[in-house]
Amino acid sequence: MQALFGQLLIGLINGAFYAMLSLGLAVIFGLLNIINFTHGAQYMMGAFFAWFMLTKLGVGYWWSLLLAPIVVGAFGMLIERTMLARLYKLDHLYGLLLTFGLALIIQGVFRNEFGSSGLPYQIPPVLTGGMNLGFMFLPIYRGWVIVASLIVCLSTWYVIERTKLGSYLRAATENRALVQAFGINVPRMITLTFGFGVGLAALAGVMAAPIYQVNPLMGADLIIVVFAVVVIGGMGSIMGAILTGFGLGVVEGLTKYFYPEASNTVIFVIMVIVLMIKPAGLFGRER
Amino acid sequence: MKAMKRSLLALTIGGLLAATAAQAQISDNVIKIGVLSDMSSLYTDLAGAGSVAAARMAVEDSGIEKRGYKVEYVSADHQNKPDVGSAIARQWYDTDKVDVIVDVPNSGVALAVNQITKDKNKVFLANGPASSDLTGKACTPNTVHWTYDTWMLANGTGSAIVKSGGDTWFFITADYAFGHALERDTAAVVTKNGGKVLGAVKVPLNTQDFSSFLLQAQASKAKIVGLANAGGDTTNSIKQAAEFGIVKGGQNLAGLLVFLTDVHALGLQNAQGLIITNTFYWDANDQTRAFAKRFAERDKGIHPTMVHAGVYASVLHYLKAVEALKSDEGAKVVAKMKEMPTDDPLFGKGTIRADGRKIHPAYLVEVKKPSESKGPWDYYKVRATIPADQAFRPLKDGECPLVK
Amino acid sequence: MATAVPIATPVRRSRSGVLVGTAVMAALLAIAPFAGIYPVFMMKALCFALFACAFNLLLGFGGLLSFGHAMFLGTAGYVCAHAAKVWGFPPELAIATGTVASAGLGVVVGSLAIRRQGIYFAMITLAVAQMMYFFYLQTPFTHGEDGIQAVPRGVLFGVFDLSKILTMYYVVLVVFLAGFLFIYRVIHSPFGQVLKAIRENEPRAISLGYDADRYKLIAFILSAALAGLAGAVKAIVFQLASLTDVHWTMSGEVVLMTLLGGMGTIFGPVVGAFFIIALESYLAGFGEWVTVITGVIFVVCVLAFRRGIVGELAAWWAKARG
Repeated sequence: MQALFGQLLIGLINGAFYAMLSLGLAVIFGLLNIINFTHGAQYMMGAFFAWFMLTKLGVGYWWSLLLAPIVVGAFGMLIERTMLARLYKLDHLYGLLLTFGLALIIQGVFRNEFGSSGLPYQIPPVLTGGMNLGFMFLPIYRGWVIVASLIVCLSTWYVIERTKLGSYLRAATENRALVQAFGINVPRMITLTFGFGVGLAALAGVMAAPIYQVNPLMGADLIIVVFAVVVIGGMGSIMGAILTGFGLGVVEGLTKYFYPEASNTVIFVIMVIVLMIKPAGLFGRER
Repeated sequence: MKAMKRSLLALTIGGLLAATAAQAQISDNVIKIGVLSDMSSLYTDLAGAGSVAAARMAVEDSGIEKRGYKVEYVSADHQNKPDVGSAIARQWYDTDKVDVIVDVPNSGVALAVNQITKDKNKVFLANGPASSDLTGKACTPNTVHWTYDTWMLANGTGSAIVKSGGDTWFFITADYAFGHALERDTAAVVTKNGGKVLGAVKVPLNTQDFSSFLLQAQASKAKIVGLANAGGDTTNSIKQAAEFGIVKGGQNLAGLLVFLTDVHALGLQNAQGLIITNTFYWDANDQTRAFAKRFAERDKGIHPTMVHAGVYASVLHYLKAVEALKSDEGAKVVAKMKEMPTDDPLFGKGTIRADGRKIHPAYLVEVKKPSESKGPWDYYKVRATIPADQAFRPLKDGECPLVK
Repeated sequence: MATAVPIATPVRRSRSGVLVGTAVMAALLAIAPFAGIYPVFMMKALCFALFACAFNLLLGFGGLLSFGHAMFLGTAGYVCAHAAKVWGFPPELAIATGTVASAGLGVVVGSLAIRRQGIYFAMITLAVAQMMYFFYLQTPFTHGEDGIQAVPRGVLFGVFDLSKILTMYYVVLVVFLAGFLFIYRVIHSPFGQVLKAIRENEPRAISLGYDADRYKLIAFILSAALAGLAGAVKAIVFQLASLTDVHWTMSGEVVLMTLLGGMGTIFGPVVGAFFIIALESYLAGFGEWVTVITGVIFVVCVLAFRRGIVGELAAWWAKARG
């Protein structure tokens, strides 16, 4: 029983990453109808940024938490302005193909530069060590991940669902011309939102750097799982992405305990089931 | 006039034929070495460009070019995919006139290259792969398996650890053929030496997060947590084991396949206390140190792993055999290599058995604590030496069709 | 969803133009080995060309983007390899078994996926393909990372010894041409016309009384079967079936080949496949640059080159003719 609680807690920690990453994706897809396949690569860029900051410039974790989202987010906005914006008139699948190609480029360049073995990044000193919770030994850093992720996710949800800025954004995706007629610069808002979503991915990357190896492919296989999370939660729903992210982390943790061989596939099985029964996702609205 | 032209032509052709016949022993007059390695992914640092450098060093040190032989190199990235590796090998043998393929750190690719090399009667110097099947069921007269294999790893690390007190084990195994084999072989050794396997968990390849599996390992209270995986999986599990205080909690990690470059990537903080088996360590004696210094200059400061050492030693011995035989024809060269005892600065004196297995001693090493290390790459302390005749699987147990 | 341009807008071609083109293509391919081109490279390109044509049937003519098509290539490859090596089937039977396996998988996946549209359809195919990948990774018969190796070439119909490289090559060429012509027939049949109508405007096709789902499903199964044929032949040629063929990057690659060559054109996928295989072969020594250049081609094609090589050529030709 104790072991089970340990696994559930681990699952919650993983879920925190899924939630943060799927949040970024959900923001981008839900609000902008853009499928961002580069999300995994941008997560990786965030981690590399943190590594670079620490190893080459001696700048620590906390600064990276702040700067990585801004820098990588800016990069994302550049992509949106120069390339994605041209595809809005076309079928959305073109956006998927473009971002897929960009992901290949980014990952290929990083792999050429840094190889694939992974680079070390130490846990920030103030967060090292752990607490003995009785049923398991919880590294403090992992506990921090849960807390930070919850804060980030809930604040994002609040901004988008409960503030005026969020309502403008949601309105713009429903009826762009009307909102523009009200004097709001819609293209700029879209670019900034895209940048924000990308920034979330980078933030997740910085948080992942101390516990997963910083390597160019860290986002590649993760991205498909995150897509599954977003689809299950509902492509347009912010709260759906958050709840599903945490929930699926827990489900995965349980599977790892009872039947580890299936831990990779369980998310996809759930995704197919959900798509069959409720294609808009558990919390989504049919568009 | 016409008759003279014709006879002149015949003479020229005859002359050319005679000339080529004299040199026909070395195919195309060139010894062409193909270094097929992982140049971009999880084995890049332990093999990769370093293997190419090691091959070149071997050719230079042998002095064979000064004695009138021409040597050429090609290299390629097999990306750890059997289809890519086998396609490259096929093309190299068919159109690019490659005579010998070297390295191939990946058992799946190696098995494919092994088969193609036999079909085309060339030579395969397998320094990189692990599968003991290369000198077992899949042995051929064209392949020499150098450096290490799964049996040696299992026996070296497994029995040494059990004998030194680590008698209860829990395995974290990469869920594919190589991982299964490594776990199976090591578990057999553990039980044979009086130890017990308390449990095992199979983990999908390229898993990022081992926390739940490490938790199970902790709960089992096994003295030793055996990592039957490689590359990124190994470094990930080690790093996270440090995070969860596995070693601090009294358990020890046994890395069943870990290379010097993996330790470098992890840092001593994370890797300290790890027990591993290698067949080469650069800091063992003056000769190996000299080699390491020259190697590091060619490979961005990286110090040689046992795979790099294996490439150097095998190419050196291959060239000796070719020169003695005055031919580079496939199986004949390998037969000559088996006939001649080996002697190189890195592995010392050794032999190649009938099944293609290169025999040399193995070393059980422990990774130093950060305080014990004098600088980068000073990572190992040697705990024990396994003599050459005990390090590898006995000839009769291998089921190699060449051995009757 | 806002009105969007459907993903494939093909260029009209004249029938005689296509037949002439096919004849020229067949002739060029037939003499290629004698022109000094490495036959193994050609065979690889032909298998992928067939794979891309099969994919294009679904995407270019059916308007359905499947992001998991590798599962059909790989399933047939594994089944065929296993049949040839372990069950000792002769090559024709092994290939047939592989193709049938993929077709069967196509029935199952198609029935699931057809119910949804656009991005959801693509996501379902991707999810199922991932499940198949992990299944193949762990099932013993595939030998996971090692793949099924040393698959025997065998003797085709008891007459043609496939271990001889030229014989193998011409067999592959015949299979490719047969598949190519079959797809051509399908596209220009009444079935094909209805499929195109469904792609252009599904509600209208339904209102005219056509069961859109059934047509889409049949197209899906045909595409899966032909992709399977390509995969099974490839397993025999390379005597290997590996995880690469079921990985999602393979699914991405076939999308790229079709996109680069020209979606919705009949020759596009062939051109695209040859181009990409040649590129990979040429860049094999340059490590990760292959991925980077592949990505660049993707990006350039999507932004500025959506009609693909053949599509652009055809448009230019049409314009030149006035």
